[in-house]
Amino acid sequence: MSVFIDQQTRLVVQGITGRDGSFHTRQMIGYGTKVVAGVTPGKGGQLFDGVVPVFDTVAAAVRETEANTSVIYVPAAVAASAIFEAADAGIPLIVCITEGIPVLDMTRVLPYLHERGARLIGPNCPGLISPGRSKVGIIPGNICRPGRVGVVSRSGTLTYEIVHQLSTQGLGQSTCVGIGGDPLIGTNFIHCLSAFQADPDTDAVVMIGEIGGIDEQHAADFVQQAMTKPVVGFIAGQTAPPGRRMGHAGAIISGSSGTAAEKMAAFARAGIAVMKRPADVVPLLKERL
Amino acid sequence: MNLHEYQARDILRRHGIPVPPGEVATTADEARAIATRLGAGPVVVKAQVHAGGRGKAGGVKLAANPAEAAAHAAKILGMTIKGLPVRRVLVTPAADIASESYVGVIVDRTSQRPVLIVSAAGGIDIEEVAAKTPEKIHRLVVDPRYGLLAHQALGLALQLYRDIAQARAAADIMQRLYAAFYAVGASLAEINPLVTTREGAVAALDAKIVVDDNELDRHPEIAALRDASAEAPSEVAAREAGLTFIKLDGAVGCCVNGAGLAMATMDLVKYYGGEPANFLDIGGSSNPQKVVTALQIITADPSVRAILFNIFGGITRCDDVANGIVQATRQFPLKVPLVIRLTGTNEELAVQILTQAGFPALTDMDEAVKQAVAKAKAA
Repeated sequence: MSVFIDQQTRLVVQGITGRDGSFHTRQMIGYGTKVVAGVTPGKGGQLFDGVVPVFDTVAAAVRETEANTSVIYVPAAVAASAIFEAADAGIPLIVCITEGIPVLDMTRVLPYLHERGARLIGPNCPGLISPGRSKVGIIPGNICRPGRVGVVSRSGTLTYEIVHQLSTQGLGQSTCVGIGGDPLIGTNFIHCLSAFQADPDTDAVVMIGEIGGIDEQHAADFVQQAMTKPVVGFIAGQTAPPGRRMGHAGAIISGSSGTAAEKMAAFARAGIAVMKRPADVVPLLKERL
Repeated sequence: MNLHEYQARDILRRHGIPVPPGEVATTADEARAIATRLGAGPVVVKAQVHAGGRGKAGGVKLAANPAEAAAHAAKILGMTIKGLPVRRVLVTPAADIASESYVGVIVDRTSQRPVLIVSAAGGIDIEEVAAKTPEKIHRLVVDPRYGLLAHQALGLALQLYRDIAQARAAADIMQRLYAAFYAVGASLAEINPLVTTREGAVAALDAKIVVDDNELDRHPEIAALRDASAEAPSEVAAREAGLTFIKLDGAVGCCVNGAGLAMATMDLVKYYGGEPANFLDIGGSSNPQKVVTALQIITADPSVRAILFNIFGGITRCDDVANGIVQATRQFPLKVPLVIRLTGTNEELAVQILTQAGFPALTDMDEAVKQAVAKAKAA
């Protein structure tokens, strides 16, 4: 087993003929993901690389191919619209890689998804991978190894760094999920932690957060109350300069300044082993496995 | 992107919110002329910079007449507030204020919705009010599909004013502020203070709007308001090249792909006893030209004693970065040592390119950071 994706994943790629979409579609097919359809309005009827049928709409792709997961590589200006379309077509898992979607677009997208029971991962995320089984997004397959550690992260390349440390030192992964770095995201730390806690093939979890917001503090509370599996955590931005934040209301609304020190303290209080640097991940996990 | 107070006031006015008159001056003579046009009575001269605490820094002055307004403007226009030069002042009539409240809109990450925040204790530091007397802050989560409803706005306004006419006026202002927030693609819109005058009128005396950078493509009229002179030149150059750059005070220049890894790299520099000179994210899909620009920006900082590249190739191809480094160092030879760490997509090709050009390339992050810190100290 794994979380969110597995061999049953039937993927439709929105923006399959674009520069990023086409490159990563080939990577995903090469990794063994079942890419059953692509969508690019105006290119319906074509075959991508001679194998993947392209449709004008997600609804047509779902009707013809029984796609059950979507990945989005379209430009930011039309990405919110692509998420709406996927949800309307009945796709239960939507992964949005696109970076730069306005936050106010997301305030409209998220209630729409909630009403339809669809899960969004991202936006502005690297997607997810269950090593050896399936990959949806852009996480390089060659740095991952099949195994029993779950990884959840707000970052992209920092996730690769930590996964690389795990793989090269003999700790494979059950699933790695990049939840995205934007203020409003569809799937948060708690959703992933709870999936890893329930997954019989995951023994421990690595959680990678960063400064800003209070999601990590909420996640720490969840770990303390609901998790029996060991969790190792990292917070990026210990040396980030203060003052790059939004006016007054940001601090008022969260009741917290979202600093690395605050988040690391919340981790420690919840019994999460706190890494000081990425290279600490393997020793801390090995002590707890 | 931050807007100046005068720009935010214009936006509120266009959305039908009562804003006292006022104009912007770039010289003392202009300030005098504006004060005269405003009726030659007392005016306030306010520095227009992207920094809080303008009043405490001496950037806000009351003037009894146009001559005094000119004198204050002359002084304020030469000032630097928190490192930012003052190039414009707003001249506005001195209001006869009876009360000061706070009204703001922001997107709340936890409820994932826009939230209205109001307080009858406005004017002064609202953060301090929130910390010391949280019961004086009222908030309302808004359903973005329906917007701020009339009865919701009135309910909030009644927390500010007992007088029903004033409450209705404030409720109308809140609905208009909420509309402006979405119309310009803001991440923050606040009126502080929202005042009542001795005559009982309600008006927005000062305004702050921060626009989501991701909205600027669809709002060219807002993007045109950007005041590049109010930002650090290196940060402007970086933005124009599609890089994210923040200048810091250390000696180790950092060039990294991805914000999370960039922060983790800065943290590791500190862990090994150094200080980062900057945050620099070259982003994904980086072409060699981006790397050239990044190196130009980093080397322009005289306090940089060593430069560290930390690249984990995913979308970013290590060979693109390697080619950029080789091109850049041919164009302008570096005066400081360079430590390069690359791993991931096309790593072997990158190492080959760099080795041929005479640059050693590392694959371990800790080792690279240690070397960069040591070289910065030795320089």
